[in-house]
Amino acid sequence: MATDAQLFEWLCRMGDNSLVLGHRVSEWCGHAPVLEEDIALANTALDLIGQTQLWLGLAAEVEGEGRDADALAYRRDVMDFRNLLLVEQPNRDFGHTMMRQFLFDAWHIEMLRALKGHDHAEISAIAEKSLKEVTYHAERSADTVIALGDGTEESHKRMQAALDRLWPYVGEMFLSDEVDRAVCDPAPLRDAFDDRINAVLAEATLTRPDSDFAHKGGKTGVRHTEHLGHMLAVMQYLPRAYPDAKW
Amino acid sequence: MYAQMVKSTGEGVRSLDEMDPQERAFQERIDANGKIEPKDWMPDGYRKTLIRQIGQHAHSEIVGQLPEGNWITRAPTLERKAILLAKVQDEAGHGLYLYCAAETLGVTRDQMTRDLLSGKMKYSSIFNYPTITWADMGAVGWLVDGAAIMNQVPLQRTSYGPYARAMVRICKEESFHQRQGFDIMMKMAKGTPEQKRMAQDALNRFWYPSLMMFGPSDAESVHSAQSMAWKIKMNSNDELRQKFVDLTAPQADYLGLTIPDENLKWNEEKGGYDFSEPDWDEFFDVLKGNGPCSVERLEDRNRAWDEGRWVREAMLAHADKKRAAKLAAE
Ligand SMILES: [Fe+2]
Ligand SMILES: [Fe+2]
Repeated sequence: MATDAQLFEWLCRMGDNSLVLGHRVSEWCGHAPVLEEDIALANTALDLIGQTQLWLGLAAEVEGEGRDADALAYRRDVMDFRNLLLVEQPNRDFGHTMMRQFLFDAWHIEMLRALKGHDHAEISAIAEKSLKEVTYHAERSADTVIALGDGTEESHKRMQAALDRLWPYVGEMFLSDEVDRAVCDPAPLRDAFDDRINAVLAEATLTRPDSDFAHKGGKTGVRHTEHLGHMLAVMQYLPRAYPDAKW
Repeated sequence: MYAQMVKSTGEGVRSLDEMDPQERAFQERIDANGKIEPKDWMPDGYRKTLIRQIGQHAHSEIVGQLPEGNWITRAPTLERKAILLAKVQDEAGHGLYLYCAAETLGVTRDQMTRDLLSGKMKYSSIFNYPTITWADMGAVGWLVDGAAIMNQVPLQRTSYGPYARAMVRICKEESFHQRQGFDIMMKMAKGTPEQKRMAQDALNRFWYPSLMMFGPSDAESVHSAQSMAWKIKMNSNDELRQKFVDLTAPQADYLGLTIPDENLKWNEEKGGYDFSEPDWDEFFDVLKGNGPCSVERLEDRNRAWDEGRWVREAMLAHADKKRAAKLAAE
């Protein structure tokens, strides 16, 4: 049984993943390679922001200190963010964006499946609702990785570069600590994740990197990358500059 | 409007007697409020004017994503972020419906896109203005989407079937856009002194550019007369502008904001407001590409297009390979 402190910490991990990735994806708005992708990216961002409201809303409730989801999103600094390092990686090009999405979705979908039916009724309900959306995200990002990996020489090169660049951020998703184990241990999900991505990478004609090296420190908040602070500076600008305002 | 100063044949409207039987039948169908469908015969001028008008409208939806996209990453609450994202996503969808409608007339989306990127085809002047503070998200929704609605609601009855049907879908979403804008404006206008200042400043900057959206007076324009005879333009520019001012002025009052026009006054006799014309020299400057953000907007669209080339090429190549593999397997 998780303590409230553990539960709060864990809910922030889930909420911050959605928030940070949703924000990153929303940075594309109006700049995608084709109109259909613009619409699809906005859709993904929208789903993730919606999930953020649920996870962080519940986190605030569990904490019981009078904060709400917005206070958690807009008034915490880097040290208090609990997202994976993977999702704070910058968009770079469309290939990186979709590879990051693909790797995260493949973890996310297994995680939500494991959470569906959780003893904690609200966690289970949020997972169930999110799973519908994430199933679609995972399908779409896998299709895109396959198309771009297989497409042209240039696209293949770009996708392989994206995979190599992001691979060191995969391992953190499956590290577990007391907090994770108190709610849902991600470590046993690794096999399903591997099966899922191996199949897609093969079809995409991409080579899975050998190295098992994993950067860590995002979900524990011990050491984020330099990128997160810049994102928060943009994202939190208004509530920080006008702390008394209601929007 | 989203399509401004669209040129028609320029020949002036001909009477039914002057038309050959085919064109007469076409015009009679329009006069009886019938719809023209893609496979029907239509005069060349009708087709060309529509391509220009729908294309310009579509481009406006696409470029229109940029001024609001500018604030998505800085939206001040999760809910505002979600609403703004949904709105901008709608606009992209509108672009898509409209490109599809234009394609039924025999142009491709690619061709229209190239014409936008080269500056050959235009988009609405309003999107060449910058969005500087969060209150601009309010002003854009309230005024710009508000002005768009004025024009688009009547276009649901336009004579070209695919265009009319696209408008029906679009109008359903536009009223939500206008409401969310007004709601932001309300929060700002009733908020802290700084917020109120931002709200007034946004209204000051967006008022006249919004009036310009309707285009200069076209009472004398042969292009407009022809477009109205074809029912691809339903009202005169002045009519729509008057309607917009009449609707908006009381809303500004309600917000406690001041429309930046000393001459704005209710005129009992005409049953509408008197108001000042915008600076039409500025309007023509903007059309020529000298709007405050004109260069940035086109630069942005061009960069997105160029940087996305490898993605579009790869998707096509992959689809080709899949098709070939499927054929080989059969
Ligand atoms: Fe629109
Ligand atoms: Fe709109």
